[in-house]
Amino acid sequence: MSAERRSRVGLRVVALGYLAGLLLIPVGVVFYRTFEKGLGAFWASITTPAAVHALFLTLEVALISVPLNAVFGVAAAWALVRGRVPGKRLLDALIDLPFAISPVVVGLSLLLVYGRTGWLGPWLTEHGIQVIFSLPGIVLATIFVSMPFVAREVAPVLAEVGEEQEQAAATLGASAWQSFWRVTLPSIRWGIAYGVVLSTARAIGEFGAVSVVSGKISGETDTLTLLVEKRFQNFDLAGAYAASALLAMIALATLVGMTAVGSRRSES
Amino acid sequence: MSVALPIGRRRAGAGVPPGTLAMGTSMLWISVIVLLPLAAVVARSLDGGVDEFWRHVSSRQAVSALRFTLVVALAAAAINAAFGTLIAWVLVRDRFRGKGLVNALIDLPFALPTIVAGLTLLALYGPRSPVGINVALTQAAVLLALLFVTLPFVIRAVQPVLLELDRDMEEAAASLGARPRTIFVRVILPNLSPAILSGAALAFARGVGEFGSVVLISGNIPFHTQVASVFVFKQIESDNPVGAAAVSVVLLLLSLLVLVAIRVLGGWGSRHER
Repeated sequence: MSAERRSRVGLRVVALGYLAGLLLIPVGVVFYRTFEKGLGAFWASITTPAAVHALFLTLEVALISVPLNAVFGVAAAWALVRGRVPGKRLLDALIDLPFAISPVVVGLSLLLVYGRTGWLGPWLTEHGIQVIFSLPGIVLATIFVSMPFVAREVAPVLAEVGEEQEQAAATLGASAWQSFWRVTLPSIRWGIAYGVVLSTARAIGEFGAVSVVSGKISGETDTLTLLVEKRFQNFDLAGAYAASALLAMIALATLVGMTAVGSRRSES
Repeated sequence: MSVALPIGRRRAGAGVPPGTLAMGTSMLWISVIVLLPLAAVVARSLDGGVDEFWRHVSSRQAVSALRFTLVVALAAAAINAAFGTLIAWVLVRDRFRGKGLVNALIDLPFALPTIVAGLTLLALYGPRSPVGINVALTQAAVLLALLFVTLPFVIRAVQPVLLELDRDMEEAAASLGARPRTIFVRVILPNLSPAILSGAALAFARGVGEFGSVVLISGNIPFHTQVASVFVFKQIESDNPVGAAAVSVVLLLLSLLVLVAIRVLGGWGSRHER
């Protein structure tokens, strides 16, 4: 008995030790370094004009890309689970692609379509539309990398709730749209919420793809993550820590949101 | 283009199968957002012909970056396969205070921006380390960064399988006199191995493409700590889109290979259920 208990405690110590050394202590050190000079220094560092602009740009990008991803995600999940059309296996495979592609390759791919020498480059220049090194490019990169989350969360929920209620609604005379809005959507809402939380976290935190297409123009196309890198490279370590702490707080809020939505989802 | 409505099934009799609109929209969206750009990468990589493609891919620096990326991603996936299985085990079978909190924190690497992950590791294991460990600018730093960002994959793949696992088998083995180690190796591990492998494959795929967490801590020293994604980034910066695209195509092929492997594993894992 005591031998079994000892081995169990041993495993627990190794597991928690690994987590502490890899995750908790490093994040703790960043928070410590950020706040060791007081809250005032942190506040001053994240309210400089460049930081405020980066924060708003980051939020703007998330606000554009997440709703688009949510609509696409629900449509894709519907097609995968309820569809009686060919192409389901292909769609299923394609949805996971963005998860497996390097962010730098994502950025390069957009550059080669919308950049100066890209496929659509000459046409865009002619019509005075700038995609690369401006907001549309950052949004396209963000949509690319955060695309699969909602579809991947909603599809299993949709399969789980089954079709009976929708069929009942149809026999009672509901149109397809009515049945979707009044029956299907309420039953998958926590799945959508979970996907939206994940998608938002990824949208706010994307670095590699955005780094290629944004051009990193100070006060214009710098997002929060790009600001962290820029401050680090300019030897403003305290500033880099402050911006990191802000992003880490957003990440922790995401975890709280995931836990809250996750328990609601498993209850319903 | 004349196909409109219906998402639902009521008009299924009217000739349009259900899901047509949803499928059409999804496919169009994926094509514009994902497939068109990827096609541009493949096309550009072949701009100078196959010889030119090969010259870029087989340059000494590219080969060195690709080889190092493969090795380090494989190492990170293997280490996290072991520790991930252990952590999943502790989270499912062990009981201690604060377990819920630990479980929630597992997803931190998914929620934390990669550049912050890199800076975070640098704060503890960099030149200003409070514990006196400095791995910055070494290959170990790259491994550390990949361990951080790929941590959740195996844990989250193994956890549900372990929860569902029937304890009867283990009790039967124990009553027949099997020791805990034997039970783990002969009874539990075979049940978990598809989940461990598919989690490790996802971790590997993620590791191969990783950029943000590596870029600060590795120093990007060519022939030493430079990974493939950073090599691609440098080629873009030095205005060599063909070279960047060529190495990107190699990375894309790797991703596809891993995705296919995971699908095969998925079929293997669910073969008992039918």
